[in-house]
Amino acid sequence: MEKGKYLQIVEIDLRLYRKLNRRKVGLSMGETIVVTSGKGGVGKTTTTANLGTALAFAGYKVVLIDTDIGLRNLDVVMGLENRIVYDIVDVVHGNCRLKQALIKDKRFSSLYLLPAAQTKDKTAISPLEMEDLCEELKEEYDYVLVDCPAGIERGFYNAIAGADKAIVVTTPEVSAVRDADRIIGLLESADLRDPKLIINRIRPRMVKNGDMMDIEDIVDILAVDLIGVVPEDEKIIISTNKGEPAVMDMGSKAGEAFRRIAQRIRGEEVPLMNLEVSNPIMEKLRKLIGMR
Amino acid sequence: MLWELLYRVFGRESSSSRMNAKERLRLVLVHDRASISPYLMNRLKEELIQTISKYMVIDEEGMEVSLDQDDQEVVLVASIPVKMIKRDYMDNIRMRETS
Repeated sequence: MEKGKYLQIVEIDLRLYRKLNRRKVGLSMGETIVVTSGKGGVGKTTTTANLGTALAFAGYKVVLIDTDIGLRNLDVVMGLENRIVYDIVDVVHGNCRLKQALIKDKRFSSLYLLPAAQTKDKTAISPLEMEDLCEELKEEYDYVLVDCPAGIERGFYNAIAGADKAIVVTTPEVSAVRDADRIIGLLESADLRDPKLIINRIRPRMVKNGDMMDIEDIVDILAVDLIGVVPEDEKIIISTNKGEPAVMDMGSKAGEAFRRIAQRIRGEEVPLMNLEVSNPIMEKLRKLIGMR
Repeated sequence: MLWELLYRVFGRESSSSRMNAKERLRLVLVHDRASISPYLMNRLKEELIQTISKYMVIDEEGMEVSLDQDDQEVVLVASIPVKMIKRDYMDNIRMRETS
């Protein structure tokens, strides 16, 4: 017990020392952003892959961390599943050096992936270890994007441990928004205030017909800042099939939305995408009758 | 106007499930937020005691504050046993009213 305590104090001291040291040297520090949601299947991994790719495309040094130990998927979405040798657990346990585990992206030389382990579970790493890892990566990368697992257990606490900022992904469904609300509460109690919201898979036509919650409805209820809205897009499925993030497809609406979100992360002000539904037949009819 | 009519007939589906979703979400979140946060309920209780104590003496031990939910709404239910109404406060008010 006593010994454990002592060790912990030493660890904290080391971290503090590193932080101070860095400040002294005046190194520019990157930023760690966790992408989380509570509910599974709302698009965390797709979001992480696309934002990371868009940021790298803009010339930034980016590393993506998959913290979904036991159920890794970011590697597949990025199309890098065949290149994995070491993973995050190997790094934390000292089986390899951090650089050995980082996989360079196929398309961008400034984009890297740190994959999760597939055969271990979430307890294989601790929040403290995660914090150290993020600190170390921030020294070299402009953006460290952490893909959080679903749920609110250990994996969640691991993922948020080293984060400076948080992005919450939701879809316009009661269940997803409810879970997002819970996550926002948990983030706040972990001192990650003002998370930014992404509403994913919105279907403009259904919203127009009053059969889907609108952006305002969700933002009102959750009372957080919106950083982007991503329309439902079949091209996401195609891009996931190929392992090529949709931001690379200039014809993809979702890709366009993710590119805009990446710009906002960099601090630029970009208008929300125009999601108006235009019905070609109706438009023609309208013109014919002379109503605009 | 004719267009409006046509549009309404052909363009829109009958009832909107969006409002349905919004309302259900609102209700479930009232309950979620309150039940995850005993802290909130405790703060509310303390402030209630403060306010009510200005007017009456209450039995703090026997006080109960909770949220009740049926499928229509969420209701804040407070059961607060009153031991005594404070006379001085009543007199003060009466004096203020007559003057």
